[in-house]
Amino acid sequence: MKTQTRLVEVRTKILKQNDVLARELRQRFHDHGVTVISLVSSPGAGKTALLEDLLARLSVSYKVAALVGDLATDNDAKRLARAKVPTKQIITGTVCHLEADMVAEALEDWHTDELDFLFIENVGNLVCPATWDLGEELRLVLFSVTEGEDKPLKYPTIFNTADVAVITKTDLAEAVEFDQQAAHRSLQSVRPGIETLQVSAKTGAGMQELVQRLSRLR
Amino acid sequence: MHELSIALNLLDIASDEAKRLGIDRVEAIHIKLGPLSGVVKPALIAAFEIAREHSSLPESRLVVQNVQIVVYCEPCQAEQTVESIQSLVCPVCSTPSNQIVAGRELEITALEIEE
Repeated sequence: MKTQTRLVEVRTKILKQNDVLARELRQRFHDHGVTVISLVSSPGAGKTALLEDLLARLSVSYKVAALVGDLATDNDAKRLARAKVPTKQIITGTVCHLEADMVAEALEDWHTDELDFLFIENVGNLVCPATWDLGEELRLVLFSVTEGEDKPLKYPTIFNTADVAVITKTDLAEAVEFDQQAAHRSLQSVRPGIETLQVSAKTGAGMQELVQRLSRLR
Repeated sequence: MHELSIALNLLDIASDEAKRLGIDRVEAIHIKLGPLSGVVKPALIAAFEIAREHSSLPESRLVVQNVQIVVYCEPCQAEQTVESIQSLVCPVCSTPSNQIVAGRELEITALEIEE
């Protein structure tokens, strides 16, 4: 005899735990008056170089700090500490992305109410970080001119979750014959209406515009 | 490979729900998966196969319902299903839209049990 089955309806988000924690973090950041910005990109797109320069520029007028996620080593935190602002490395071990609980844990002994800006540099990865909300107010997605104009089309999900796109390493644009219009088309195709900035952390081009854009959040 | 972490989460939630409902054996866990969830279906199924053996629901299967991306189109004043994740435009009037109505789903919808 064939057994009958029936469906019991259950409506639960699989990442409910992360979503709840991210919501709590967002509320806490709001209550503490700190603007939290996360950075996502592929490995080597220039997150740390950008952040190093950005922290130095913003720290003139604001209290800033940064968390940085990597699978191993605290090299990035050491680099960011050169900007003379509080930094902390989150070593994820085998995990390919940051989750809200890692952020909450890293912030346990930090007084976020004393900060104006907190940056969270995610693990260099254009796939996994898309799925996890970290409680950030703004998500920046970086892609460098050396990666190719169609990067957004290859990784549509993460570009779609971002609020602002930052094209990096523009000092190399000419050498690699970067097609700015094609890059904009790819971005707008996967994330209609996304605001885009172009920077070179090396020459400083576009950095002031980025600082101004972020300052508007205060 | 974040799908393993998703599979473990999924099994934990299903186990808790089954316990809450007084169910001992779950034949299948039904989920909805949107293209914008960032989770890849074959990778999730493979991860689920590994994860379930060590869970309290070792006999359960995973049934994935694919969800399409739906956006709200301002000019049409209607919800429209987009044809490609690489091009979020209204299929009727070609206006781009990022007002996503569906497509981010990553949720358990039902537990299938024997009568």
